[in-house]
Amino acid sequence: MSDAHHDHKPTGIGRWLFSTNHKDIGTMYLWFSLTMLFVGGTMALIIRAELFQPGLQIVEPEFFNQMTTLHGLIMVFGVIMPAFVGLANWQVPMMIGAPDMALPRMNNWSFWLLPTAFSMLVASLIMSIMGMGSAPNFGWTFYAPLSTTFAPASTDYFIFSVHLLGISSVMGALNIIATIMNMRAPGMTYMKMPIFVWTWFITAYLLIAVMPVLAAAVTMMLTDRNFGTSFFSAAGGGDPLLFQHVFWFFGHPEVYIMILPAFGVVSQIIPTFARKKLFGYTSMVYATASIAFLSFIVWAHHMVTTGMPVAAELFFMYATMLIAIPTGVKVFNWVSTMWRGSLTFETPMLFAIAFVVLFTIGGFTGLMLAIAPADFQYQDTYFVVAHFHYVLVTGSLFTIMAAVYYWIPKWTGNMYDEKLGKVHFWLTCISANVLFFPMHFVGLAGMPRRIPDYSIQFTEFNQMASIGAFVFGFSQLLFLYIVIKAIKGGNKATTEVWEGAEGLEFTLPSPAPFHSFTTPPQVK
Amino acid sequence: MSAQTRNNQSIVRKLLLLTVAMFGFGYALVPLYDVFCDITGINGKTGERVETSSQVVDKSRLITVQFVASLNENMPWEFTPVVNQIQVHPGESTKIEYRARNKTDFEIIGQAVPSVAPGQAADYFKKTECFCFTEQKLAANEEKLMPVIFTVDSDLPEHIKELTLSYTFFNKSSSEETEKLTHNHNMNHDQEI
Repeated sequence: MSDAHHDHKPTGIGRWLFSTNHKDIGTMYLWFSLTMLFVGGTMALIIRAELFQPGLQIVEPEFFNQMTTLHGLIMVFGVIMPAFVGLANWQVPMMIGAPDMALPRMNNWSFWLLPTAFSMLVASLIMSIMGMGSAPNFGWTFYAPLSTTFAPASTDYFIFSVHLLGISSVMGALNIIATIMNMRAPGMTYMKMPIFVWTWFITAYLLIAVMPVLAAAVTMMLTDRNFGTSFFSAAGGGDPLLFQHVFWFFGHPEVYIMILPAFGVVSQIIPTFARKKLFGYTSMVYATASIAFLSFIVWAHHMVTTGMPVAAELFFMYATMLIAIPTGVKVFNWVSTMWRGSLTFETPMLFAIAFVVLFTIGGFTGLMLAIAPADFQYQDTYFVVAHFHYVLVTGSLFTIMAAVYYWIPKWTGNMYDEKLGKVHFWLTCISANVLFFPMHFVGLAGMPRRIPDYSIQFTEFNQMASIGAFVFGFSQLLFLYIVIKAIKGGNKATTEVWEGAEGLEFTLPSPAPFHSFTTPPQVK
Repeated sequence: MSAQTRNNQSIVRKLLLLTVAMFGFGYALVPLYDVFCDITGINGKTGERVETSSQVVDKSRLITVQFVASLNENMPWEFTPVVNQIQVHPGESTKIEYRARNKTDFEIIGQAVPSVAPGQAADYFKKTECFCFTEQKLAANEEKLMPVIFTVDSDLPEHIKELTLSYTFFNKSSSEETEKLTHNHNMNHDQEI
């Protein structure tokens, strides 16, 4: 009788609009993220199409600027962050043996703020296309005074959109912390939590610490623009450089918000397909915590060319290089986990291994950028673009795809099409490198970022990148097809799904029941 | 109410408090930033007025000091240094002048904001007298010479051989008239285009 009650699902659109179920909300987060991936991806393809040749062909420079701005904002706030929140929603309760999230109604609210926020942001682009002024065009970092004194009217849409995103993220983070602190199964001490749960626990604290600082920055912008304050205007005693300090105080922890859950995902997948326990669990936890701490004291490495005193440059340079240590611990732990394991290479594992290799390349270029004297050359070139696309696309995005392949049998009860999955992996992995690797070279040779035109000596590398971009972009349609196919049917997944899978989520039947653990499991 | 609900509420309350505190911290960065620049003397911001320094004049060094004048976009004045650059010995007290003229038909109050480049030199640039210490009032079409008396500290690091002192004049009178004037100015500007 009680089972019948528990399996009752609301039906129709109300199931989604009023949902308080962690799985349904997780699903919505993931679909939202995939949708925004195609929106932001289309913008990237417009950028790459324009950059296929030097000179201006396809779009006006003003529109190009709007594309780079919205592409960045959408990919950061609309794709990577919601995808990880979606994964947390699906997985955290199942992995800690809880029936649902701690605050289910707030969970619903924090999701539905997202489409609202992005409607506002995308509305500014639609209005721009219809000829009613420009969409935000100052880059995703929205430096003042470009985003205050010289910004288009639509900037106020952007500001409110960021406010809503911030509220959404903070509520999501609150929920995850409350769930983890309060709803773990009996016997699951902190040091027995799966690494994915650990990384999200720390990420959630980062979100709560820095999203309000971003909110403060955009609020200052709002009052500077509309209510006569001068936080960022030298004319009224403010300082445009202050904006960069406030922004990067948010911005640097933000990049770890986008990568720490990725570390967690990879730390779940590699042990499964290596059929070994994760090497150095404790060091993984401490490395994650150290990275989170260090992220607060390195922000000005984004600003070495602003005329900082040498002492400050040195401090931020050394502090930044320090991050390589905990990150290196992680990379070595993943490699050691694979060492002498009985490896098999299913799609999630392929993505995870590609992550380890390609994220490390992104990490190394990060180290190069950290060297203050060298940064004077790299600042604002395509080298920076190459660096952060290696850590965000072949880093974060690859692990999100790995996670989907890894857990989708648990979500749908069906195995995905392994052959197509491998095709998707190889297309994605090769095209991503064709897309982003040449950017290192043009960057080192001095091609600036965010410019619709370039000198002719950069043509070949840009054409390679553009070809890679189109293959990469269209390969993701295959991903969409594979996901839909797995939802519709396929080989039935077992409870364990994978031979070497461990963890509470693999003790639940596939597909996982609507309410995860109605009686908490005992963890030994 | 179950123990779990109570626990959830207490966690959420603490975390919300942290959220609000961090929002406040975002704003606190504004004065912190100023204080930090003040203490460390970076950002090219020069210090307050100093009493006449009784420094030894270092005849062995000669520092070139350049003068720059600029106006904020809402400031309808003319503003130029009388001489563009001079050479001084460290420790020597020097007087120079800027010339300002109000181009409008009404009184305007201005405030000049100084800046020294390179930033590391800002701490060694001592002003004993400056028109930037107070607001300056110019009547309609009035012209005025504005003095600065300064000393370059003899502790100025060896590698600095050239300094630039720049002033930006800001419009302090928030009268509607000024706004109207700025507005008219923009209108004219539009017509020119």
